[in-house]
Amino acid sequence: MDMINPTVVDLSRFQFALTALYHFMFVPLTLGLTFMLAAMETVYVVTGRKIYKDMAMFWGKLFGINFALGVATGITMEFEFGTNWSMYSRFFGDMFGTPLAIEGLMAFFMESTFVGLMFFGWDRLSKQGHLAVTYLVALGSNLSALWILIANAGMNVPHGSHFDPETMRLQFDGFVKLIFSPDAQAKFVHTSVAGYISAALLVMGVSAFYLLRGQHRQFAARSFRMAALFGIISTVAVITLGDVLGREDYMEQPTKIAAIEGLWHTSKPPYEPWILAALPDDAKQENHFEIGVPFVLTPLIAHDFNTPIIGMHELEDAAGPRIESGITAVAALHRYQETHQQADLDLFKAHEADLGFGFLATRHAPNQDVAAIPAENLQSVIAQTKPDILPNVFVTFWSFRLMVFLALYFFALFAISAYLSLKNKLERNTLILKACMWSIPLPILATEFGWITAEAGRQPWTVFNILPTFMSASSHSTSYMVFSLAGFALLYSIFIAAELYLMFKFARLGPDSHDTAHGTEDYTAQYAVAGTSHASGH
Amino acid sequence: MELYTLLKLIWAALLCVLLIGLGLMVGMDMGVGTLLRFVGRNDGERRTALNIIGPHWDGNQVWFILGGGAIFAAFPTLYATSFSVFYVVMILLLFSMILRPVAFEYRSKADSHLWRASWDWAFLISGFLPMFIYGAAFGNILHGVGFHFGWTGQYYQDNSFFSYLLNPFAILCGLMSVALSVYQGGIMLMLRAENPIYDRARRYAIRGGLTAAVLFSLGGFFIARMKGFVFTAPVNPAMPASPMHGQHVDMVAGGWLHNYAAHPALWLLPILGLACMIGGTQAARMNKAVLAWWIGLGSWIGTIGTVAAAMFPFFMPSTTAPDQSLTIWNSSASAYGLTCMLVVALIFVPIILCYTSWCYYVMRGKVRTADIVNDSHSY
Repeated sequence: MDMINPTVVDLSRFQFALTALYHFMFVPLTLGLTFMLAAMETVYVVTGRKIYKDMAMFWGKLFGINFALGVATGITMEFEFGTNWSMYSRFFGDMFGTPLAIEGLMAFFMESTFVGLMFFGWDRLSKQGHLAVTYLVALGSNLSALWILIANAGMNVPHGSHFDPETMRLQFDGFVKLIFSPDAQAKFVHTSVAGYISAALLVMGVSAFYLLRGQHRQFAARSFRMAALFGIISTVAVITLGDVLGREDYMEQPTKIAAIEGLWHTSKPPYEPWILAALPDDAKQENHFEIGVPFVLTPLIAHDFNTPIIGMHELEDAAGPRIESGITAVAALHRYQETHQQADLDLFKAHEADLGFGFLATRHAPNQDVAAIPAENLQSVIAQTKPDILPNVFVTFWSFRLMVFLALYFFALFAISAYLSLKNKLERNTLILKACMWSIPLPILATEFGWITAEAGRQPWTVFNILPTFMSASSHSTSYMVFSLAGFALLYSIFIAAELYLMFKFARLGPDSHDTAHGTEDYTAQYAVAGTSHASGH
Repeated sequence: MELYTLLKLIWAALLCVLLIGLGLMVGMDMGVGTLLRFVGRNDGERRTALNIIGPHWDGNQVWFILGGGAIFAAFPTLYATSFSVFYVVMILLLFSMILRPVAFEYRSKADSHLWRASWDWAFLISGFLPMFIYGAAFGNILHGVGFHFGWTGQYYQDNSFFSYLLNPFAILCGLMSVALSVYQGGIMLMLRAENPIYDRARRYAIRGGLTAAVLFSLGGFFIARMKGFVFTAPVNPAMPASPMHGQHVDMVAGGWLHNYAAHPALWLLPILGLACMIGGTQAARMNKAVLAWWIGLGSWIGTIGTVAAAMFPFFMPSTTAPDQSLTIWNSSASAYGLTCMLVVALIFVPIILCYTSWCYYVMRGKVRTADIVNDSHSY
């Protein structure tokens, strides 16, 4: 087996991470804003108060600016599995492609078709008809997230498939196992609810900006209150589901959990502290300093007080026999591919469960051929392969912590904001308003850290414990990668500049900007509370 | 016939339907993008043209997304190999594809002349280039591509990408695909625009249809002389889907006409294509835009059908390792995966067709420049 140039693998990973992180700046807002738009429009249809229609239309405009980039950068993701992860796509496509195709048929088609009517159909549909369309867009975007995360869960916990030596790939055999994977379910709720937080804080932040300037006060106060309530519920849900997800990972991906917690040695319950901050050193395999809260780790992960959590050194030792068995599996499989002898197939079947660990060892074998490892070097190859089973601990540990710290901050911010808004004390609290405004990008940052935790923690695998990342990439030349990376850097920079320009422009213009098209009905007289009528600037 | 063979055939047929849908619907929007600067002489006219496809381009684009998704799920080895082998071209296609959604949403949201002119150029690039690459990809695949597989199933590239870019037949196919998209885009503008856009669009639609007919006929001569791929030993269509074993393939001059020689009824496909390209321009001349739109569907069926009939059962033949050429038989998903997706498709495709038609129904009627300019929600 020729190994793919490690630089190309790294560049492919870098490009995928860059484009996925970029895509993921826009998706969370889409997921949440659609439901907020639907909620605003529902109030409009039920009560007939035009201010809620204006809210739906104004926030809908910001939604549209964001949505376009979400769609555009999503196309990149669909391409990149094929353009840069050829081996992965061939090896895992039978299982991974199915949820992606279903996503297109069930969700993306619906979302994309109805989003046109949502923007263009205000005058062509009845109130109820348009409301139904808005709900279908919200449903479509969230179903889309569901199927993508089912596919992603398949990479992390590939239940519902088996390796087939005739086709040299994982064959799909469990539709129900794939879609009802507990990992997928928890991931879906956790991720989409994180998106609702991003949307809530965007609406709160922009509304806070108006309140600080004393503009559109009715409009802003109502938007703010809806968003704060939406936000506090979402934050509670995101933390709860995060806990469920952590427990799933603990059962299925112990290396990820150990790396997240910076746990080099198996824990000693019940005292074992939860590390608040540390400096994990991947090379020396230790933490340089630790600040922890005693007694927290065991109940946090195992939900009891006496289960030891396995540490990374112990996981490495446990991998030793699996690597040795995997080397036998890969060698037998290779022989079987060339000669089709039943004996080789039988030997492979006996060691099949450890195939991935054998693939992992190829990196340390002469000419990447495990059959060529001399007997006296076997133990040293196994010893060299052992540390490879761990993800980058520093990255996994810190991205997880930053996500958690941000979530706790959101909880506090939403709680205080919701309280002040309900008590009508908001406009006097400029500090909280400013905090809301400046916090707009933070939930997006937190979801990015969450994504890094999940995917960096999955390493060194693309399909967990089966297909190593270094084998998954396409065998391109470095110049191809430089070409595509340069193109992405250029295009994506232009896009983000255009997006921010328009977002700021329309946020500054405020909700009056589109009244020209629909006549300026002065709802201030009708609905505004006496003395605060700034809603219409005409 | 074994069930697995049948499933592979059904999905190959569905893939053809998707490629036809993609050519027609995405091609139409891209044709409008290509024509934007020519049919619209001022900002109001250009906005009118954009808003004609405005409510639908996003839904239409899903044909493209779904085409990619279906190849990934139903023929994972084809997806994995073709996207990587054509890396540079695919990345260019991707860049031009992602320009489009942004251009639609952003173009008319700021007043600056430079801003709007830049996005108009983006429409031209993102209309012309993807359709060109779409056609050129077919040209390259007919020629055969240089790749082989290692024992793990990893592909290795044997040709540089320049050979795919600078290939006269591929360029011809690319231009033909652009011509068809210009035709369809022009017809769509005729359907929903008034003068002066209508007249200009009509002129370009006629030119597009005629160019396509000429290039299509020329392409036929190329294919007849080209080296096609044929099996030298019987192949088991229900074989485990792996490109590494089980096929013996050779390259033979005129090989792409073997299917036509064996089944002369297949000649109806190129005849349908050519007749529609010529008939469509005639319908446009007679101002029968609705008829011309549906004839455009016939052109795409004829074109994709002609290529499919020539190549069956090949998907992407390899010039450097012909035995490892990708075919319907050796690049598909498992029987289980194909069955699951078939069930899902049978449920959702009718639903999709219903709501897509409903959306067109809701947004029916002429789009007027005066309305567009006064509506802040329009593109």
